[in-house]
Amino acid sequence: MLELILQTCVNAIIATSFAAIFAVGLMLIFGVMQIINFAHGELYMAGAYTVWVVYAENNLPFFVAVLAAALVVIVIGLLMEVALFRPLRGNMLGGLIVSIGMLFILQVLAVHFFGEGLMKTILSPYRGAWEVFGLRGITVPYQRLIVLGVASGLLALFWVFLRRSRLGWALRACTQDPEAAALQGISINKFALIAMAISAGLAGVGGAVMAPLVVVDPHMGSSVIIMALIVVIVGGLGSLEGAVLAAIIYTFFHTFMTTFFDGVIANILGLVVMMLVLVIRPTGIMGTSEKS
Amino acid sequence: MKKASSPWTKGLSLGALLAAVCVLPFIVKPFQLEVLIFLFINIVLVVSFRLIAITGEFSLAHVVIMGTGAYASALLGKWFGLDPWLTMLFGSLTAAAIAYILSFPLFRMKGFYFLIGSFAAGEAIRLSWGRFRGVFGGSKGISAIPPLEIGNINLGMPVPFYFFALAWMVICLVIMYRLEKSRLGLTLHAIHWQDLLAESVGVNARHYRVLAFVIASFFAGFAGTMLAHYLSVISPHEFGLGIMLSVLVWAIVGGVGTFAGPIIGVVLLSFVDESIRAFDEYRPLVYGIVLILTILFLPEGLQGLPARVTLFVRRFWRGGRRETVEARPTGAGVASDRPPPSAS
Repeated sequence: MLELILQTCVNAIIATSFAAIFAVGLMLIFGVMQIINFAHGELYMAGAYTVWVVYAENNLPFFVAVLAAALVVIVIGLLMEVALFRPLRGNMLGGLIVSIGMLFILQVLAVHFFGEGLMKTILSPYRGAWEVFGLRGITVPYQRLIVLGVASGLLALFWVFLRRSRLGWALRACTQDPEAAALQGISINKFALIAMAISAGLAGVGGAVMAPLVVVDPHMGSSVIIMALIVVIVGGLGSLEGAVLAAIIYTFFHTFMTTFFDGVIANILGLVVMMLVLVIRPTGIMGTSEKS
Repeated sequence: MKKASSPWTKGLSLGALLAAVCVLPFIVKPFQLEVLIFLFINIVLVVSFRLIAITGEFSLAHVVIMGTGAYASALLGKWFGLDPWLTMLFGSLTAAAIAYILSFPLFRMKGFYFLIGSFAAGEAIRLSWGRFRGVFGGSKGISAIPPLEIGNINLGMPVPFYFFALAWMVICLVIMYRLEKSRLGLTLHAIHWQDLLAESVGVNARHYRVLAFVIASFFAGFAGTMLAHYLSVISPHEFGLGIMLSVLVWAIVGGVGTFAGPIIGVVLLSFVDESIRAFDEYRPLVYGIVLILTILFLPEGLQGLPARVTLFVRRFWRGGRRETVEARPTGAGVASDRPPPSAS
């Protein structure tokens, strides 16, 4: 029993690291542009497909594939920002709806180029597993360790960037009060591009490192976007710390429920818990303003 | 409202439309008849969706609420052998009751939180249908739902059901239209546009939002019961996020600003759907592009198109003197009959 609990904890930690970079990316876009990007899950899907093309089909090294995924997804993200989100900045419902449109388009493009229903499983470059601190029965496949390492590394890097660099300061100013930031001479357009690049890059790399662990298909984004929406809402819109905290809480809860009951029960209870949190605090754990 | 459309011409054109709709089932192919039946059900669904939207909130639980009506009606019919007419009423009432219960947590939230909160509530209900096989039949759903009968006409057949759905659609639309023009409807508009002002003159905004939500859910549930008794099989799949997004697209593309907007949206997009039936996997692509173009270029939806065209034509005629036209307040949906004063 103890082993099962420990193993579940290990699994939850790894799932959390992915959930955190995904949700932080979603939150960053919201902070700067007041737009919830429903197509964020499709950026993750695009990252996974890039790995499929570069690594599985063309046999290039895995880290090249991850870099390519980041690049491809950043380009898609920047196009979205320039063509769709820029004209609608501040219009929350409008932004939400064009991102839903973008979600449809990216899914259909994936179906068009790669086909639907064909299970694409990518073999991990590093097979085998690590017995956690030599404990028997608690193992982590190397690919999951890569996810953990890459995700927490990127998150730490992002944190240092936000706290220690001038650009990061300006970016935080944009998320706290875009208008006041603009008055200080910060170009919102420029920082929207930077935010979009970071957000898309995180989603793309997330998709790339997760690709060998999941089934790559055109609709793989739907389940993660639902998870991420729950996380950002529970954390409170506009709060990056809240997103990380909520990612930890939600993922641990979800992983334990999945282990001890089943996936569907975990989803139902996760949604119910989210509703309860919102009943007690209608703006999430760390959310302050009631943005509508 | 334009002066040109007097009540007479309006009544005449509505009558002509109704007559055309009555002849349709005898000239179209069977599968097209099916499309029309779904269209009627979807019109009730999307117009009831708009009833919530006019209070300023978009509910992503609406299709699941519709499903609640369908499941309730089907289960009552199967367990207790009640007459489908009765179960349809109880199904709609169940949908309204569930909506009332959900309104307690949901209406503590606003805007985006409401959107996601309603989605979560709906999805939790929908996942329960799939999970609890004993009660709701799991992911296969419920089958062999008893069909409706009037006298000895079996409404399970397409042609009788077509008229049945048409009649109920007209009744629902009339009720919802009257509702919106009534004091209640005006109050709903008021709490959307000026909720602080409305509250300061003594309108309980939350109370009216809940009322709109419950009434809209009743009609959505009713649409669900029609669907259940027509298809005779329902499953959680019929009420998924994809369908909910379609409803959102219909409403937004048509425009939620007017009563006719969502109806225009659903009718037009259903025809588009039919014409691209051969390329089914590209359907979402078309939806996505239409959605993006609408939001970027027609923020008030297709119902705002005539006013825009008028403006454009005027601009075109006065091509040489652009600045006078540009000086007019943009976005003014109603162009006055008098030409704008020319600058000299």
